[in-house]
Amino acid sequence: MFRRLPDPPARRIAFTLDGVAVEGMDGDSVAAALLALGHTACRETAVSGAPRGPYCMMGVCFDCLVVIDGIGNRQGCLVPLTEGMAVETQHGRREVGR
Amino acid sequence: MANATIFDAAVIGGGVVGAAVACGLLGAGLSTCILDEGDVAHRASRGNFALIWVQSKGLGMARYGSWTRASADAWADFAADLRAETGIDVAHQRPGGFSLCLSEEELEKRRGALTRMHNQPGWIPYDWEVLDRPALMREFPDLGPEVVGGLYCPLDGHVNSLRLFRALHAAFKARGGAYFPERPVTSIAPLSAGGFRIETPKGAIEAGKLVLAAGIANARLAPMVGLVAPVRPQRGQILVTEKTAPFLRHPVITVRQTDEGGVMIGDSAEEAGLDERIGLGVLSVMADRAMRMFPRIAALNVVRTWAALRVMSQDGFPIYDRSESAPGAFIATCHSGVTLAAAHERLLAPMIARGALDADMAPFSARRFDVPQAA
Repeated sequence: MFRRLPDPPARRIAFTLDGVAVEGMDGDSVAAALLALGHTACRETAVSGAPRGPYCMMGVCFDCLVVIDGIGNRQGCLVPLTEGMAVETQHGRREVGR
Repeated sequence: MANATIFDAAVIGGGVVGAAVACGLLGAGLSTCILDEGDVAHRASRGNFALIWVQSKGLGMARYGSWTRASADAWADFAADLRAETGIDVAHQRPGGFSLCLSEEELEKRRGALTRMHNQPGWIPYDWEVLDRPALMREFPDLGPEVVGGLYCPLDGHVNSLRLFRALHAAFKARGGAYFPERPVTSIAPLSAGGFRIETPKGAIEAGKLVLAAGIANARLAPMVGLVAPVRPQRGQILVTEKTAPFLRHPVITVRQTDEGGVMIGDSAEEAGLDERIGLGVLSVMADRAMRMFPRIAALNVVRTWAALRVMSQDGFPIYDRSESAPGAFIATCHSGVTLAAAHERLLAPMIARGALDADMAPFSARRFDVPQAA
């Protein structure tokens, strides 16, 4: 669904998505990296459990919520991707303390 | 508009109070319309804290205590009926509610107020308890270290008030009510043959009975039909966190977890006129107190803050009245439209349909304010 622009190649960033080793590019936000991987549904809603994915990419829609390094409900579009990050699907409501 | 549309009853104001009364009037068989403002209305119904709260209501007017309790007692059937009629679950729960105190002084003040309230003449007793810290710990294992004690009343509950608001309007429509938005009322004229002609910028309505349920605007409208409503706006601010797994089974007067998982923090009160802006000073005090009660809240993100305007009378109690000079005109105004919604639909509306308020409603008359100032 998404293709990267023909920019000069950037450094590859290794991270995990639900425990699986994957790669993004330096300069990606977490949400952008997931979309580039074709992973368009990053969470299930807190009320109905419907699948959702990044939408506005600018911090207002809260549809790109993911668990990053063990902390839930983080806005993937506002977090720069870094080496070794552990990104997980946000299943429903965030547990306090996680 | 030359010919006005004619109804048995017109309710001015389409918030939770107006919609509940209007639903009750339809239930009593009266053809009923609601004249409402538009999206610019102050609309406390969209900003409230959604408690159905009994434990602290009625110091200074015993009848307010029994009226509140009657509504809270009617709420379970009210919610069930709304669901059956509209398919909307308003998430009514009555697990009992707590007030938590962060100092002995606070606890003593609250205990004293409730003791005085329950000792009033004419008070109909109900259960309430003062709980020390060990007793509270059994209910809230991760209570903050500063909480010294609190109060508990099994009659308290809460609801999803946005869904209540929607359900009331859905029920109003389903019962055949006529809803007219964008109709701020400019004038009301009692007709010589009885009834009223109500003018709005989008035309006039005629109705046999009239109910003023316009919140703050009741102060302006009441004198048009020989009533008085000395009410003023009182600002309350609220924070809500992201949705989180359930951890708070009981509503606390300043903190509650909604059925959908968000944690609401509220209960500020400021005299600020019609100013609906929020302020970081008040919000930070509220957030700080909530975190001291439940430290885990500190780990949550706040996703939204807002302010809304309570409709306050001079003594804080509701005003229910019938006009002496224009007997078809009634007024209903209060700051607890959610708690009292069941009473408004099931008890107040039938009185209005019958044409007179019951004798035991007399304490709510605005005539209580007709006391000359002492020299």
